[in-house]
Amino acid sequence: MMNRILATARTEFRIALRNRWVAIAVVLMALFALVLSAAGSAPTGDLGVDRLSVTVASLTSLAVYLVPLVALLMSFDAVAGEVERGTLPLLLTYPVARAEILVGKLLAHLAVLALAVAVGYGLAAAAAFWADPASLSGLPALARLGWSSLLLGATFLGAGYALSSLARRPSGAAGLAMGLWLGAVVLYDLGLLAAVVADDGGWFTTTAFPFALLANPADAFRLYNLAASEATAAAAGVAGAANTIPLWQSAASVLLWPLLALALATAAFRKVTP
Amino acid sequence: MTSTLTISQLTKSFSEVKALDAVSLTVEPGSRVALLGHNGAGKSTMMKIILGLIPFESGTVEVCGAAPGSAAARTQVAYLPENAAFHPALTGQEQIAHYLSLRGESPGQALALLNRVGLHEAAKRRIGTYSKGMRQRVGLAQALIGKPRLLVLDEPTSGLDPVSRRDFYALLDGLAAEGAAILLSSHALTEVEARTDRILILSQGRMVASGTLADLRRMAALPVSLHVTARNGYASEIAAALPGAIRAEGDVRLNCAQDEKLGLLARITGFGDKVADIEMVPPSLEDIYSHFSRRDGQ
Repeated sequence: MMNRILATARTEFRIALRNRWVAIAVVLMALFALVLSAAGSAPTGDLGVDRLSVTVASLTSLAVYLVPLVALLMSFDAVAGEVERGTLPLLLTYPVARAEILVGKLLAHLAVLALAVAVGYGLAAAAAFWADPASLSGLPALARLGWSSLLLGATFLGAGYALSSLARRPSGAAGLAMGLWLGAVVLYDLGLLAAVVADDGGWFTTTAFPFALLANPADAFRLYNLAASEATAAAAGVAGAANTIPLWQSAASVLLWPLLALALATAAFRKVTP
Repeated sequence: MTSTLTISQLTKSFSEVKALDAVSLTVEPGSRVALLGHNGAGKSTMMKIILGLIPFESGTVEVCGAAPGSAAARTQVAYLPENAAFHPALTGQEQIAHYLSLRGESPGQALALLNRVGLHEAAKRRIGTYSKGMRQRVGLAQALIGKPRLLVLDEPTSGLDPVSRRDFYALLDGLAAEGAAILLSSHALTEVEARTDRILILSQGRMVASGTLADLRRMAALPVSLHVTARNGYASEIAAALPGAIRAEGDVRLNCAQDEKLGLLARITGFGDKVADIEMVPPSLEDIYSHFSRRDGQ
């Protein structure tokens, strides 16, 4: 089983390399991280925290948008593309389970994401160290941001595979993927914000709102990273909410979402008849 | 000897249309069976059912003693799809190495396999640059991986030139000699004639004929055509003496049933010197195929 998964991952990584997805993801992350480092250089020093911790807080806000976007861009074609190229029927006659195919693709795409995240965060961290040698104390927060970014990526990769299986055509899958990104990452928060404002401290704000945040993998990711590094709470917008939700809850959401997304993707892929 | 593939009373419909209607067949180890039929006759549907890619309504299908599409069946069955397609960004060698790994074989055999189908030189080029015939060969190479017990080949020779086609059938002969069962489909009887042990003809989802080429010839019982070339001036005389004969540019032409053939020949030789030449034209392969595949009021 492991051999088939690794073979699939190797081939998919090679395809990602040839299709320039590796280059696009790395350049995108590096560019945004550098811009962020340059733009965020002004207000530090006054907060009493090291430079790297501040950088991690900014990177968290960046990753919430960028990581799901890159993940969806890489994954929307995974099943629909095979259907369109006509390569799926032959593949499915091989002694390889559909779940193994998806896990293989997931490993390859996660490797691309890991590369992009390592380069992007690495550049930002290097800039922080260059400006402030005390940044060493921010390293745990950076590591946490790194692996939770990969889990966030895995969640949206899985969601992308599920949409790709449901759409069965690349154009449809691309539309669904962009819809999901807009809905989960942008509109969801706006909706919550509107509801909180309208509710004015009532039942929704006290009871439903924390669960609504935990239910969204992107929000859970942000909560987890901000709550875990308390030093950056001052620099964060959702700080109030982050403090009311126990750390283990946001951590659980970050950990469980990838599994749930992969299960959804497998269920959707099983329904595809070549 | 148990059959590698056994299908009995297989029925499959797409909404209202019956794609396959109570089809039964068996393929024994070492035999090469050709499945013929028009576009839409049900060939590809039947193959996809054998491979477990699509479900069916009723009947039984047993592949290498297992259910179609089960893990046990998939390890022993190789498939060559119609218009084999691969990821254009991979080279032929990488693609075959990948398929080798999926079957638990060493990916190092990729070059040797590509060599067997005559693609050695293009092995390191991307499949996106291949011609249709070259892609078909990549498809054939992957079907040879790991000694499959059953090969399901959907129009394997489409896109191949005559020389490659002959090489392809030579490869199949070798596989069959090693005990593999082969089921291949084709549009044309002329393509498969001498290279298969049995021919099945599907028409509108039903099996309309099954047997060797000689069996089909006999069952079709199509008339033989005789062309008699008369010596100068005798054509009218000969035509008049033979019932049903027509004159065409100095020749006399007539059709007769298979069992009347010898009697007719004796009569024609009776004309002695008046006949310059006789040519006998048996029904062509296309005639036989048309006879079976159009029997249902087409």
